Amino acid sequence: MFKATELNLRNEQREKRWRLLFLLMALLLILPVLIILILLVYRGGPVISWSFLFEFPRNGMTEGGIFPALLGTIFLVVVALVFSVPLGVAAAVYLSEYAPDNWLTRTINLAIINLAGVPSIVHALFGVGAFVLFFEFGTSILAASLTLGIMTLPVVIVATRESLQAVPHAFREACWALGATRWQTIRRIVLPNAVSGILTGIILEVSRTAGETAPIMFTGAAFFVPFLPESVYDQTMALSLHLYTISTQVTGVPEDLPFGVALVLIGIVLSMNALSIAFRVYLRNKKKW
Amino acid sequence: MQGIMYLGGISAIIFIIGIFVFIAKEGLPFLFGAFDLKEFFTSPRWIPTSENNPTYGALALILGTASVTGMAMIVAIPFSLGAAIFIGEFATGKTRETLKILIELLAAIPSVVWGFIGLTIMNGLIIKLFNVPIGLNVLNAGIILGLMAAPIMTTIAEDSLKAVPDKYREAAEAMGATRWQTIRRVVLPAAKNGLVSAVLLGVGRGFGETMAVLMASGHSINIPHSVFDSVRALTATIAAELGETAVGSPHYGALFTLGILLFIITFLINLTADLVVRGIRKK
Repeated sequence: MFKATELNLRNEQREKRWRLLFLLMALLLILPVLIILILLVYRGGPVISWSFLFEFPRNGMTEGGIFPALLGTIFLVVVALVFSVPLGVAAAVYLSEYAPDNWLTRTINLAIINLAGVPSIVHALFGVGAFVLFFEFGTSILAASLTLGIMTLPVVIVATRESLQAVPHAFREACWALGATRWQTIRRIVLPNAVSGILTGIILEVSRTAGETAPIMFTGAAFFVPFLPESVYDQTMALSLHLYTISTQVTGVPEDLPFGVALVLIGIVLSMNALSIAFRVYLRNKKKW
Repeated sequence: MQGIMYLGGISAIIFIIGIFVFIAKEGLPFLFGAFDLKEFFTSPRWIPTSENNPTYGALALILGTASVTGMAMIVAIPFSLGAAIFIGEFATGKTRETLKILIELLAAIPSVVWGFIGLTIMNGLIIKLFNVPIGLNVLNAGIILGLMAAPIMTTIAEDSLKAVPDKYREAAEAMGATRWQTIRRVVLPAAKNGLVSAVLLGVGRGFGETMAVLMASGHSINIPHSVFDSVRALTATIAAELGETAVGSPHYGALFTLGILLFIITFLINLTADLVVRGIRKK
């Protein structure tokens, strides 16, 4: 009969210790975030009320609400999506359905990686040089959203490409066998089967876009705007920049007020993210093939 | 239709070239004007607003970025590799899924919120724990940045562990190796390239991070001598000063030149990471 030798036992002991160590490391990454979330809720929670969400800031932003910043963030995200979703989906369709394996495709992939890797402040410089000055949009929602859209383009491309590639190749072959063209196959078979995966990617992009600060600082978002934007050529306030402003640039802000702003911002971002994750898990369980 | 999709595809290339062209365009007048290569890389004196003698020495800013990124990697490398090993090799089922989702949520927290946390919570904590006068320093920004870079490093490291064929593990276990021996002697060496590129991408994240570093590093131009010194990073300098400069002025051009430097460095980091990863695929 098998009996554990001393060596076996020692190995088992050691194994347990390593396992515990790695578990601790994983937990230590996550724990600070949980503590932070709890602190934000604890200190920011009491600040949040209907009037906080739907009033203008007052008294040099030391009192009142965050309505223009909240609305501004929504505007910025929507305009950015209008620009980047069609472009990103087209790019993903090209890469997944048409692109041959050649140097051009590799260059495109490298460009996408770099687009995601370029620092956000460099995107901001690009936005200033290209949209604010060269195309003469001025500091406006349009310039800021285009900058955000280009910055988050890789999110849409990568998510869409993945969901397109998850559609089994047999689906396409069956369609081609019926005499459909490549584009007909993409429109009638591939895209409908991938649409929920694409949606997951878009929600993720909303979450990314809403939280960005640096790219909008000089392109369209302002510390304080006393009115709501009326067109895409107006400047706007934004939640992320508002948090920066009242926690570093303004004096006399009550200590808990920025916690409230941070809580609203992180609430939007994390709920969007959680939605995207939930959607993904649901899809994975539902998948028939 | 194929043409339209093709345009979408090459738009990524157009944008990346466009980014370089437009920041170079704004930076060039300075590069051919007040720019002094030696001063830029060796002088710690960044005094662009001086009226009679503006100097543009970026050394302190470069060291500021390097020290904060270095500190971040000291935090992020062990923890993210450890977490990746736990998630990839030890955890199963629900635990594994939950951990992965939590790590993903960690990645979603906006950098301005991280900066705010550094400014308020971490600042007070560091002052109390280490009994120093100011808590906005390399340590603060480094820890924040480490936590920010860890999720992407964990994800990529875990992917590269997963890419090691199960055959390798089975063979090692058949020889009587324990799980940890298998990981250490077989899996980690096989996944080496992926792990290296995970670290590289983490460095890239740390290098380019703006808001968190701006808010948590103390914002004073300094060559750091200890982790309790306040510093100013390259990215933070652009973010703090661009709003106050006149378009076309030497100061404005100097900030775009910092942008060119950041662009080139991150481009090289990403390129290297990509080549290292491709190295494994070829094998």
